[in-house]
Amino acid sequence: MKAKKIINDPRNVVTELLEGLVWAYHGRIRKLEGVNALVKTELPPGKVGLLIGGGSGHEPLFHGFIGENMADGAACGNIFAAPTPDVILAATRALDQGKGVLYLYGNYAGDNMNFDIAAEMAAEEGIATRTVRIWDDVASAPPERVDERRGIAGDLFVIKVAGAAAATLDSLDEVYRVTAKARDRVRSMGVAVSAGSLPETGEPTFTLGPDEIEIGMGLHGEAGVSREKLLPADALVDKMMQRILADLPFRRGDEVCLLINDLGATTMMELLIVNRRVRQILEQEGIGVYDTIIGSFCTSQEMAGFSISLMQLDDELKHYYDMPARSFGYTRA
Amino acid sequence: MAKTHLTIAETVQMLLHVCRGMQASKDLLSEADRAIGDGDHGVGMARGFEVAQSKLEGQPATTLDVLFQTVGMALLTSVGGAAGAVFGTWFRGGARNLAGREHFDSAALASWLNDGLQAVQERGKAQVGDKTMVDALQPAALRAQALVSLPLEEALPQVAEAARQGMERTKDMVATVG
Repeated sequence: MKAKKIINDPRNVVTELLEGLVWAYHGRIRKLEGVNALVKTELPPGKVGLLIGGGSGHEPLFHGFIGENMADGAACGNIFAAPTPDVILAATRALDQGKGVLYLYGNYAGDNMNFDIAAEMAAEEGIATRTVRIWDDVASAPPERVDERRGIAGDLFVIKVAGAAAATLDSLDEVYRVTAKARDRVRSMGVAVSAGSLPETGEPTFTLGPDEIEIGMGLHGEAGVSREKLLPADALVDKMMQRILADLPFRRGDEVCLLINDLGATTMMELLIVNRRVRQILEQEGIGVYDTIIGSFCTSQEMAGFSISLMQLDDELKHYYDMPARSFGYTRA
Repeated sequence: MAKTHLTIAETVQMLLHVCRGMQASKDLLSEADRAIGDGDHGVGMARGFEVAQSKLEGQPATTLDVLFQTVGMALLTSVGGAAGAVFGTWFRGGARNLAGREHFDSAALASWLNDGLQAVQERGKAQVGDKTMVDALQPAALRAQALVSLPLEEALPQVAEAARQGMERTKDMVATVG
């Protein structure tokens, strides 16, 4: 069955959603001419640039995370498709102030290749770039192949820390170091209970039976670790937390930031029920929670489901995490 | 006599034929993608080849490298995702040793396929057996290399058959990249 969506011509969804986003920012961001790239209207002079990006359709990720002490710009692809090198390059040029630009995005083949092509083009123009790929999804590959894992909602933590680092640190290498450290300490896992659909076709991106769920399913319907009958929330959270905690591993005495993310169509009621169980488990494991974020940050259209992300803190990460941040999709006072 | 090569004007016609064919295959490609991915492949490819078509129609035909670069840049900048990067890289990388050439013959076909294959593998790190376009491209490139002395009209069907067989073999493979 085709999904009901509140759109105009399906071919214009990205253009139109970006226009709407620019309005929502009240002049703080602008769209570059001729490409789907958004950048801050005012960039502090001499700053290391932070460019994020990826496929559209996951709002507020990525372009909704441009802002003060957050990203400086975003390269926006079509729905669920990596941005093209010309878009990334245009954004890179707009953000470079002689200190270079950090590329920060989720670890997907399309994003990797397009950002790499853009990085080569930028290098030919004398613009320095470095790259951090986010690979927080523990369900997508075993720990020894961590660089094959996908990036999911843990993106938010890494962008938060990177934005603060890029706002205060003077060198691209230092911003890279802190960002990579944050990336290496984030672990996530998701579960899908029903599919989202593509605006261009109205078709669901995968099919699950009426009482089926997929544990560890990716943002675009990529296979997870197991397909099961729908479980009660606590049993589901137990399975996910077991995997997340064992992976880093998180240990007794650790302090973490916690994100419970809605994939698009899961209610706050359900997220809070999930949070209750997550906290019971963390309490039992002796892991302290420094901050909790609950809501829609990394979505996949009307996909129903949620993900749990943890970031292990140290003093340095806590410092950057604590800096105020202001963006459309995430704000910290 | 079998046709030995295509002229530049004929090569443009061939590429336009491909552009139209890819746009006409939009639903088929999306349907295939839905089985293994998120079902947007046809949308992106149709968009990319529509742009490639208008670029080809809007510029005078010059040499093979310009034609393939034109298609490659159109795909690279308008398909998006992994598909745009690899198809764009194939066409652009394949143009590497075609500078100034005006005859699309068996040697040019082999040059395009082999250089394109190398560029795609450097970019995407895929090997034969990873269930990617490399599984069709690599046998086609090998066959083309072995047939450079044949007229294009005789080489091309064999090269296409090699690609088709490579594609068929992917049905039993498990995807490991992308």
